[in-house]
Amino acid sequence: MSASERKSTEMTYREALNAAMVQEMERDDAVFLMGEEVAEYDGAYKVSRGMLARFGDRRVVDSPISELGFAGLCVGAAMTGLRPICEFMTFNFSILALDQVINSAAKMAYMTNGQINVPIVFRGPTGAALQLAAQHSQACETYYVHAPGVKLVTPATPADAKGLLAAAVRDDDPVAVMEGELLYNVKGEVPDDEYVIPLGVADLKRSGGDVSIVTHGKMVHVALQAAGKLAREGIEADVLDLRSVRPLDVQAILETAARTNRVVYVEEGWPFAGVGAQIVALVQEEAFDDLDAPVLRVTQADVPMPYAKNLEALAKPGADRVVAACKRALYAGEEA
Amino acid sequence: MAEVRGMSRDVALSLLGDMLLYRRFEEEVETAYKIGKIGGFCHVHIGQEGIAAGAIKPLRGRDLVISAYREHTQALAKGMAPRAVMAELFGRVDGCCGGRGGSMHLFDVDKGFMGGHGIVGGQIPLGAGLAWAIKYRGGDQICLCFLGDAAVNQGAFLEALNMSAVWRLPVIYVVENNGYGMGTAFSRVSVTEMEERSGACGVPAHTVNGQDVQATYEFFAGLAEDVRDGAGPQFVNAVTYRFRGHSMSDPVSGTYRAKEEVDRQVVEQDPIAILRDRLFEAGLMGQDDLEELDAQVRAVVQDALDFAEESPRPDAGTLYDHAYAEVNEHGRLFLDGRGS
Repeated sequence: MSASERKSTEMTYREALNAAMVQEMERDDAVFLMGEEVAEYDGAYKVSRGMLARFGDRRVVDSPISELGFAGLCVGAAMTGLRPICEFMTFNFSILALDQVINSAAKMAYMTNGQINVPIVFRGPTGAALQLAAQHSQACETYYVHAPGVKLVTPATPADAKGLLAAAVRDDDPVAVMEGELLYNVKGEVPDDEYVIPLGVADLKRSGGDVSIVTHGKMVHVALQAAGKLAREGIEADVLDLRSVRPLDVQAILETAARTNRVVYVEEGWPFAGVGAQIVALVQEEAFDDLDAPVLRVTQADVPMPYAKNLEALAKPGADRVVAACKRALYAGEEA
Repeated sequence: MAEVRGMSRDVALSLLGDMLLYRRFEEEVETAYKIGKIGGFCHVHIGQEGIAAGAIKPLRGRDLVISAYREHTQALAKGMAPRAVMAELFGRVDGCCGGRGGSMHLFDVDKGFMGGHGIVGGQIPLGAGLAWAIKYRGGDQICLCFLGDAAVNQGAFLEALNMSAVWRLPVIYVVENNGYGMGTAFSRVSVTEMEERSGACGVPAHTVNGQDVQATYEFFAGLAEDVRDGAGPQFVNAVTYRFRGHSMSDPVSGTYRAKEEVDRQVVEQDPIAILRDRLFEAGLMGQDDLEELDAQVRAVVQDALDFAEESPRPDAGTLYDHAYAEVNEHGRLFLDGRGS
């Protein structure tokens, strides 16, 4: 059944995440939700609204503010086959829990020679919102995908939020689902039925033949905005949304590179050893002959996020910087 | 019926045999390490055998045990085959983790031994999670979570104990308190006593002499059933002493503890000698019996060594196996040029 034949409802990204969790908890008692404020408060960002009432406090559980502790507890529960959804109020706070993510969840299947897998979901918002300053504004993707053993999806739209979160819950490995505070109110059509998007399938959000903007997560919207601006100047861009950073849809990246011969990666994180660095390495290794220009990156400035509004705007990757990078890749820009 | 201090001769002899097996096993591990058969970090349990036997033997088969990186004998106590453990230490394919884990990462799901964890304190929230899962499913198992004395200074300890108490989880946290975190005496990094560490979270504390395997066994037999019956999480300070260095890389004594201290402990607090002497005094065992028992366990250990020696190394073609449990139909999981 194609997406167009599905019955769908317009809802917010927040509601779509909720729908995915409800869908998965209805079908599998092994799935439970734990995190700070997920139950009585209905979720710090209201993603879990109504779930306590629906599933009770056995399955929708308020944790103490103990990221390392409750992440580890969820990993331990997953070691026995339960399928926890471990919500971090934001992924910034999950840095406290990285020992359990990396040393326990990511390595368990390997260390045990496949005896124990950890079917856990870590989810919550990543990246910057508005003027939340350095410690609350960082994209945490690289911390997670650096370690083999973890998977990562970054839904950009409500439909992707539902389908990717459902797939993450069903996957037998640890999957981080990185959302965005600024995405929660985004509206879109979401399939009503049981909807699961396989991990590792990118989505061409816009088709154009001149330059490829490859990106993930919240930056999909920035990329689309940039593509709109470029179109007004007669430049048509592909916008490829990875949706899943690991596993990575290499084929889709190589296809768009082959089509346009020019690739710009846009990410919310820092440049050093970022997701884009991996994509650049991949494209030059596997599509070198397709390239007519260096693969460029647009990232957060390589500094902690400043608070001041004007500086924050400078630090964030915005549409104008994406436009400029695309023009550079086309050797069409005013700047060198 | 023949008894020693209220314990039947059979149980006492069984505990002696267990501890003797652990001792001989670890002695051979030391030898194998010194000639390069075993690599990496390797922490032996010599001197602490009473806790592995005394705390784990009263458990039921489906109860879960999780530990840190000094765990060889606990794995044996939970029923793992000496062959599988030794082969793992040798890094061989017939090891309990196919040679992927090593000394610090022994696992056997079928036996309920859940590792084998190398970051100090990392296993404590995991232990809480195992107990959470038991309670979630409504099972009657319990979880025994071992930690070293130094691990109580990790935040993970406090976080896990607090959650265990809040949710009344069926878990016993057992501190193998050998007095030293590597080379740092506990008294140098804590102004409170070990038994005081769990109280702030509302987890009852108990102290047991880990060198007295009978006392340890009787204590855990009771406590395990209390927890099974809903007593909630417990914290046990099992006092013991490490007769060897922190790991195979360290001297037995040195800058942080005097040789005289170690020598005195070895003479006065050897859990095997203590039980042996009680059995001798009660007339329930003679020197010949002991030597026969020792010969039996030595044969088991030799068999494990031979097995490990003969087991092949893991095939190079398996390097990427089990990094993920599920290799997805789409996309690439490994980004080093190896397609998936």
